[in-house]
Amino acid sequence: MLIKRPDDIPASEITDPELYRQRRRFLQQGVAVAGAALTAGLWLPDSVEAGTRLANVKKSVWRVDEPLTPYRHVTGYNNFYEFGTSKAAPARYAPKTLKPRPWRVTIDGECEKPGRMDIDDLIRPHALEERIYRFRCVEAWSMVIPWVGIPLGAILRRFRPTSKAKYVRFETLLDPEQMPGQRTRLLRWPYVEGLRIDEAMHPLTILAVGLYGEVLPHQNGAPLRLVVPWKYGFKSIKSIVRISFVERMPRTSWNLAAPHEYGFYANVNPHVAHPRWSQRKERRIGEFRRRKTLMFNGYADQVAGLYKGMDLRRYY
Amino acid sequence: MLFVVCLLPVAWYAGDLLMHGVQGVFERYADPIKTIEHQSGIWALRFLILTLAMTPLRLLTGSLWPIRYRRMLGLFAFFYACLHFLVYLFLDLEFDLADVTEDILERPYITIGLTALLLMLPLAVTSTRGWMRRLGRRWKRLHRLAYVAAVLAVMHFWWLVKLDISEPLAYALILAVLFGIRLVARQRQVARYMRRVSSPDGAKRNPG
Repeated sequence: MLIKRPDDIPASEITDPELYRQRRRFLQQGVAVAGAALTAGLWLPDSVEAGTRLANVKKSVWRVDEPLTPYRHVTGYNNFYEFGTSKAAPARYAPKTLKPRPWRVTIDGECEKPGRMDIDDLIRPHALEERIYRFRCVEAWSMVIPWVGIPLGAILRRFRPTSKAKYVRFETLLDPEQMPGQRTRLLRWPYVEGLRIDEAMHPLTILAVGLYGEVLPHQNGAPLRLVVPWKYGFKSIKSIVRISFVERMPRTSWNLAAPHEYGFYANVNPHVAHPRWSQRKERRIGEFRRRKTLMFNGYADQVAGLYKGMDLRRYY
Repeated sequence: MLFVVCLLPVAWYAGDLLMHGVQGVFERYADPIKTIEHQSGIWALRFLILTLAMTPLRLLTGSLWPIRYRRMLGLFAFFYACLHFLVYLFLDLEFDLADVTEDILERPYITIGLTALLLMLPLAVTSTRGWMRRLGRRWKRLHRLAYVAAVLAVMHFWWLVKLDISEPLAYALILAVLFGIRLVARQRQVARYMRRVSSPDGAKRNPG
């Protein structure tokens, strides 16, 4: 096993909901600055330019023991169709047009405390963690990326999802001025992704606000993106403006565009081929030889239980 | 001179390799193998279309010079197609036979891509003056396979892109225009011939 497995601490113990509520009351009582510093996140709302060093990022136990993909490839070679279909387009155009501040995020749907808030208010109560994850694109290339983020579950619990919240739906910003690729009709905009609630609450699932210890670059989905390391990259939706708790499985962008090619689950699986290419192997960016693709991208010990009894050929 | 120009696409990447070494190339290009695989394929298609553009060009300009370059362009199309296939086979799939057979049997875009390459093989072999002489009229018929290869090559490209079909569509349109020019020219030729046959002096020249 390549992942150092931590002791089985339930996520609720790491991020006690009651603690958050106390914290929020604390903040509301007018000691916001002191509160922010104490909660260790120390999110700095005044300096959120891409490339700014993030303070107080704690190392996480979730770190892959494989060489990191160089920064220039992580930030210069990716898919972000909102800025064009070539791999170089996001780095070329996103910094020019995307404005990651001010940024508001709506949390709604099947929950007790829906809300619309500034991204800094969304993030501030949490401690930032560095997670070094494998990233596997459905196109059979891969990277190792040091993300900075927060477990999604910790954020979601603040909004008290009800028992009707079976899925979580995510939506990217819809603004062709900022995202010129949305003038094409390649995908149905805005980009929509979704997770089952247990996948969303899984401790490996994070919302990222940075990489390589710095504020997330525009082209990588600033200011807020999802990272689900055991799924193909297209699940990890970028530049999120809305998170909704829903009862029905959301209809997601790539699944709508080509249902037999991109399933809702999209778990990394070397045994289930994409119709146009095998998924048995992958090219790690920067490496000459191909690598064998690992089941659930190497996170099988942590996530296989989520899919017990499911036919993964059918639910690809 | 044209020969050197035709070599530029491959020289570009060979130059990168010489100047920066394997390590350097992997630093410059995130996925150099994909890059060279894609570029060689694109250039094979471009040269194939250029080759097929020579006859329409002759029909439009009335001059014979395009035909002189046709063979060389066609051979470059074959050269880039071979390069494309070899990069795919050895660098991309690392000659993993299980992967190769699965690809060829189960993935239609691979199947037709390979078919296009195989169709070009006899054309490359019989491109010499000697073979032209030996085959006579059959040579022309055989070399019509180039049209088939071009159509398959465009389909190969079309089926492999994820969503954005604008690039293969552009090549398909160019190909359609080229076919259109030939068709119109041919119809005119037929019409002229018919006129000649049915006119009084035409009838005199063709008694019976």
